[in-house]
Amino acid sequence: MMGESMALPFWLDALIALLLLSGALVALLGSIGLARMPDVYMRLHGPTKASTLGVGATLLGSMIWFGVGHEGLSAQEVLITVFLFATAPVSAHMMARAALHRRVACREGTHGEPWDEMDRLPGYAESSSSSDNQR
Amino acid sequence: MTATVLPIALALFSLSLLLNLYRLLRGPDIVDRILGLDTLNVNAIAVIVLGGIYMDSSLIFEAALLIALMGFVSTVAMTKYLVRGDVIE
Repeated sequence: MMGESMALPFWLDALIALLLLSGALVALLGSIGLARMPDVYMRLHGPTKASTLGVGATLLGSMIWFGVGHEGLSAQEVLITVFLFATAPVSAHMMARAALHRRVACREGTHGEPWDEMDRLPGYAESSSSSDNQR
Repeated sequence: MTATVLPIALALFSLSLLLNLYRLLRGPDIVDRILGLDTLNVNAIAVIVLGGIYMDSSLIFEAALLIALMGFVSTVAMTKYLVRGDVIE
């Protein structure tokens, strides 16, 4: 278990350790934001940005670890990174749209309602109902 | 140095998994629960990758890839069900 870790040069070992630790800290920060923020729209901020960055840093450290002399860079890892960075904004967008569609309440003291702006967007009200029929 | 950092990173990720589970169980609205589940998926990928470094084998990355794929598809399916009332139109 980790017997070959002495073979790595010191600066590479330190870089991997820094990436793993900072990634874990940033992901924890995102999860604290998810648990502690007062309403849905604020809670979306934590995991969708911070956790993605944290997991991305962890994956980058792991890619360096496996790329330098262990088993070689595995295709799965690159695929996971690409897929994660491609899909995280999409799922965040869809969750925000679901929250707006359900008109989830904001916290007290919010100026205006978020869905007021959404109703004013050109084509949103039409596109949400009529595109079902066209397909 | 990586050997000493690895258990710390695993502990921090486990703590964030617990926080996500709290939001998944408690979330006042269904969107909160979906968000908690999505974040749980993303953090589980990181835990599996750290476990792969710990065991010095890239075999279990298949599981991480599968979780990434199914997590995204399930999040999209649930939000689409909430917005449209149907998953496959």
